[in-house]
Amino acid sequence: MTDSAPHIEVMRSQLSRARGLGAGGSGTGHWWAERVTAASLLPLSTWFIIQMFRLGGADHAEVVKWGGKPVNATMLTALIITTFYHAQLGLQVIVDDYVHGKAHLPTRILVKLVTSLLGLLGVFAVIKLVAAGSRRS
Amino acid sequence: MVELRLPRNSEIGKGKTYPAPAGAKNVRTFRVYRWTPDDDRNPVVDSYEVDLDTIGPMVLDAIIHIKNDMDPTLTFRRSCREGICGSCAMNIDGENTLACLKPIKDIKGDVRIYPLPHMPIVKDLVSNLDGAYAQLRAINPWLQSDSAPPPDAERKQSIEERAKLDGMWECILCFCCTTSCPSYWWNGDKYLGPAVLLAAYRWIADSRDEHTGDRLDGLEDTFKLYACRTIMNCTQTCPKGLNPAKAIGRIKELQIERKV
Repeated sequence: MTDSAPHIEVMRSQLSRARGLGAGGSGTGHWWAERVTAASLLPLSTWFIIQMFRLGGADHAEVVKWGGKPVNATMLTALIITTFYHAQLGLQVIVDDYVHGKAHLPTRILVKLVTSLLGLLGVFAVIKLVAAGSRRS
Repeated sequence: MVELRLPRNSEIGKGKTYPAPAGAKNVRTFRVYRWTPDDDRNPVVDSYEVDLDTIGPMVLDAIIHIKNDMDPTLTFRRSCREGICGSCAMNIDGENTLACLKPIKDIKGDVRIYPLPHMPIVKDLVSNLDGAYAQLRAINPWLQSDSAPPPDAERKQSIEERAKLDGMWECILCFCCTTSCPSYWWNGDKYLGPAVLLAAYRWIADSRDEHTGDRLDGLEDTFKLYACRTIMNCTQTCPKGLNPAKAIGRIKELQIERKV
């Protein structure tokens, strides 16, 4: 039954609204992962900045040689995965805060998709760098 | 989506000015939010010029003076006038506080008085807190214990156990903190807000309570607990000097402790 005349649309009790759908049973994982990735990014980013200064002015061959070292490739991959995972967690918080109603779920999916693809792109770039290095030797 | 401006029917207009009596020497202007559901007009801010020499020292004294002697239509809540009932919580000089505990001399320039932010308005300075009260009810703010109490005595706590409730039992539920929290403004339908989370932790921390796990289960939610963004407005604004942000942090620590 639909009625277009002005009327009160929600008569559900305040307690029912407060309880809502109940606790979702998750949240701690997201919050904890956000903190752990943030803490991990401190040493990883510091390492990356130092390496970039050391590589300043290097030609392509030198960068390939640098990227071909297992430690460098591992650190680089860890940095990329952590960065985009952290970005995903952080952007989700912003979406939760500012996007309401029907747009909420699609925006959350979009954030997951874009950050995951960007992360994958970064990882693929590292693989390409390592492959270039192994071809040379 | 994001609301960048007030809805058109919430835009605040200019109201009336009530001048101070002739001969008043110590005059301060009180600019007070006015809105009534009785007509279709937008809210306005009325100006009341109050002679401070004739009233008490607190903002509540001024508001009571305005209602008694200048404009009987002004509507607000008050009861104990000594900071223990929480009725006169409102936004004074840009900060949520209790009018009865806020000295007028602490405020520079005109005294701006608005209702608690981002809640439905009943009238003038009275905001509708039904949603927040229901959220408090939803966390079962009472002792839940399956062991029978001692037949001839109260349930006992050690001095140390009792000390854990300090800083929480003092909360008078004025909801200054909850209504100062941007996260509560954005998601007040799902986020419980600092006052209710402080109350939740008060029972989680109570040594006599036996439903700690159930309580933590009830808060394990992206919004109910984790919509707290540690903005800290709650702790900054609390007129009783309590620290809801710390209580929320302790709940998160306990969730981590049992999960990670």
